[in-house]
Amino acid sequence: MTSRDVVLGRIRSALSNDGPVPPGPRDYIRSTNNAPGSAPVIELLTDRLVDYKALVKHVDPAGLPAAVDAALDGMGTIVIAPGLPDAIAAACADNGRRVLTDASPAAMTPQELDAVDAVVTTARVAIAMSGTIILDGGPGQGRRAISLVPDRHIIILDEDQVVETVPEAIGMLEPTAPLTMISGPSATSDIELERVEGVHGPRTLHVLIVS
Amino acid sequence: MRIALFATCLGDALFPDVPKATVSLLERLGHEVVFPPAQVCCGQMHVNTGYLDEALPVVRHHVEAFSDVDFDVAVAPSGSCVGSIRHQQAMVARRGGDTALAERATALSDRTYELSELLVDVLGLTDVGAYYPHRVTYHPTCHSLRMLRVGDKPLSLLREVGGLDLVELPQAETCCGFGGTFALKNTDTSSAMLADKITNVLSTGAEVCSAGDSSCLMHINGGLTRMDSPTRTVHLATILASTKENPA
Amino acid sequence: MTTFLGVPRRHRGPAESPLRGTEKFPKAAHRELQNAQLRRNLAHATSTIRAKRALVVQEMPDWEALRDSGSAIKTDVMARMPELLEQLEVNVTARGGVVHWAADAEEANRIVLQLVQATGANEIVKVKSMATQEIGLNEYLEEYGIAAVETDLAELIVQLGHDKPSHILVPAIHKNRTQVRDIFLAEMDDAPADLTDEPRRLAMAAREHLRRKFLTARVAVSGANFGIADTGTLCVLESEGNGRMCLTLPQTLITVMGIEKLLPTFTDLEVFLQLLPRSSTGERMNPYTSLWTGVHPGDGPQEFHLVLLDNGRTKALADQVGRAALHCIRCSACLNVCPVYERTGGHAYGSVYPGPIGAVLTPQLTGMEGHNDPNSSLPFASSLCGACYDVCPVKIDIPSLLVELRARAIDNDRDRTIPGGWDAAMRAAAWVMSDEKRFAAIEKTLGVGRVIGGRKKRIRHLPPPLSAWTTSRDLPAPPAQSFRDWWKNDHQAPSAQQES
Repeated sequence: MTSRDVVLGRIRSALSNDGPVPPGPRDYIRSTNNAPGSAPVIELLTDRLVDYKALVKHVDPAGLPAAVDAALDGMGTIVIAPGLPDAIAAACADNGRRVLTDASPAAMTPQELDAVDAVVTTARVAIAMSGTIILDGGPGQGRRAISLVPDRHIIILDEDQVVETVPEAIGMLEPTAPLTMISGPSATSDIELERVEGVHGPRTLHVLIVS
Repeated sequence: MRIALFATCLGDALFPDVPKATVSLLERLGHEVVFPPAQVCCGQMHVNTGYLDEALPVVRHHVEAFSDVDFDVAVAPSGSCVGSIRHQQAMVARRGGDTALAERATALSDRTYELSELLVDVLGLTDVGAYYPHRVTYHPTCHSLRMLRVGDKPLSLLREVGGLDLVELPQAETCCGFGGTFALKNTDTSSAMLADKITNVLSTGAEVCSAGDSSCLMHINGGLTRMDSPTRTVHLATILASTKENPA
Repeated sequence: MTTFLGVPRRHRGPAESPLRGTEKFPKAAHRELQNAQLRRNLAHATSTIRAKRALVVQEMPDWEALRDSGSAIKTDVMARMPELLEQLEVNVTARGGVVHWAADAEEANRIVLQLVQATGANEIVKVKSMATQEIGLNEYLEEYGIAAVETDLAELIVQLGHDKPSHILVPAIHKNRTQVRDIFLAEMDDAPADLTDEPRRLAMAAREHLRRKFLTARVAVSGANFGIADTGTLCVLESEGNGRMCLTLPQTLITVMGIEKLLPTFTDLEVFLQLLPRSSTGERMNPYTSLWTGVHPGDGPQEFHLVLLDNGRTKALADQVGRAALHCIRCSACLNVCPVYERTGGHAYGSVYPGPIGAVLTPQLTGMEGHNDPNSSLPFASSLCGACYDVCPVKIDIPSLLVELRARAIDNDRDRTIPGGWDAAMRAAAWVMSDEKRFAAIEKTLGVGRVIGGRKKRIRHLPPPLSAWTTSRDLPAPPAQSFRDWWKNDHQAPSAQQES
């Protein structure tokens, strides 16, 4: 008898006197009247991002490359993923910056990523209510390591990628993708409950919201 | 109404002024009070100490004491006892295999109320014509607060008492540390909780600390008199029974 | 050769483990209550988190609906556990993960050890995991020459300080900043010599120290907040980023997950990602949440193992009332509102699961082995105030579970040949309280208390065991007349008064 048999046997035995359980209620708020990308939703997201000290900028598509350039001011080496729009990639390379594209078979090692100053990615969806931005490894986002190791992360969001509630966002995700939800710079309150930001992970977060 | 009084074992033996005040108050409001003489105890102490087998005869006796007595509703000046009646007695009966008793216990609990519930919900009153010219702070006992969810009822009653200066108790919703036999089994922790409750009571400058449970009041009072504090504890029933003609 | 002199040998209690201390709660609490720094830190920590939680809960108009759904989903998980675990296994395996089953702590440790040894690594990095603490994984691996580096700041502090965690969420809360600095200076070989005790400097020292580990780690061990059956997805919520480091940089990832941490569907996350952050750290959302399913080719660990852990959970599951304790999502909201925990701290409970949930989960995982088992004292470590039930995001009725487990503890002891003092007293009390004539007779004997009470009508000293009351409190002297006597002899109903 394997441990699998043992454990499953114990569980079945524990439940042997029980009948079926009726489905439970789902009366919580799933969505509101505020459509994705609508003004109240963008305003709410901005409020949350500013609250956790992300640097937020609203731009129109024409102004995006300049905003990327500004966000990368002072940075030397940038890493991006395949699928990032060409205009953005070009903006990354402005001002003599070196741009590395992380793609297999030439995936960068953690040490190589550690030498990189900043990373620029797109995202899958953002949740206004909680100030959460979700990456799923899709085009322009890359492997999870590249948005983790460099100290500055620039995220480019289209307005219509912003939804208000958590249930709306969950419904849009591909569950079997490598998902990362970001809701602020890393933080700890482990020492006397005094909050310290930027323990591991990027200490500076720029969010560029494109109308 | 014809109201059956459950004096509670603690009230009957150690704090008779509290059920007496309850009688006085309800009669002043024009109701008839009856006292089923076979009553003793709701069984809470045994249940909460883990002696469920031993609790069964106590519960049975309580239910029987209130059977074959003619009354509209029953009342007890005790949030914890009513909490036990409402949430524990049927469980004790079922656990002991007595489903008939469980049903009778449930039926009885459906018409058993804690004092502030009776006054506000059943009799529709907040002004009971009381007069008590003292500075009072109120401690919401855990069972009345969380098990019975009496909410604002006790305070709404106290606000209507003539001459009464009601002062808010800081951290009111924190347990006083009595917890029944917890006070004996875990006396150090209980005393630490009591110390903080007393600090909060004294910080209000109140002459009186009131509550709807004699058990918690006994605990708080025990700490106050130990420090020879002039602040005393007075049960909600006693305050509400107090009038200009018959001051408490 | 031994000589038995007829003196009963003190029964040795059951063995110490991460789930069981060596002292019963009242004794441990007595000591911990005197730790002024602990009490100060804890009071500050719990009141701060309480306030934060209250704010972010108040702004949610559908909070109660979320709790109802959370409770229902977890009830469903318990009811369908076998099929959900099998579904999880199929889906994890389909995506390149390997699923292992561990009946107990020893087996889980063995499995993890073998998996680590197979990689040739002699050091692993760890994300905070209650489950691995519960099985004592770090100590086990150390015996086999494998260093397990904790990467959560508080767990790192506890580990470097050779200490034990005192809180589920902020395990080093019993330490102040100066103590942390001293620990780092003594135990962290790359700590800067001029390290101050500012929390920011301490956190940055930890960042540098751990970054080296993250960038070179080959094997990571984690726990999981949720294991989603219908997709095979694992989910870890964190604040510091060490989770992301451990879950995505090493080649091999081993996740130890309690069998109860299931969710039936990916959609269920929409409930729990709202309940958990608000309940635990009092935030709308924690900084980082990572979700992965099996192996993601070219991204993150290319070898993934999921170890499903029983270790007593099936014992709790077998109890139709007690199994509600398995709904726990380890938010620690109950710890933060508990007046007992706030004063005694986690060490007093002797288990990695302390506080209200610990008092009902720990004794079920280990069983209560009679009177001398410290875990038999845990269900009594509560005044039953109910504050925990009010804040539990999945509505575990902890007070009712405590009462149920108290009954279990008493029942376990019923075959003792010599009844304890409590047993005798409670039996006598039940006999008296089930008959009004006996009760009235006892009431008449209370008169001696009036003599003891004296002029001031209070009793200051009573013999043991009632001395437990009078050490810190007076008792009022009993009244001259019981209520029922007054009713019978002196009460005049208003109509009778009018007549006379």
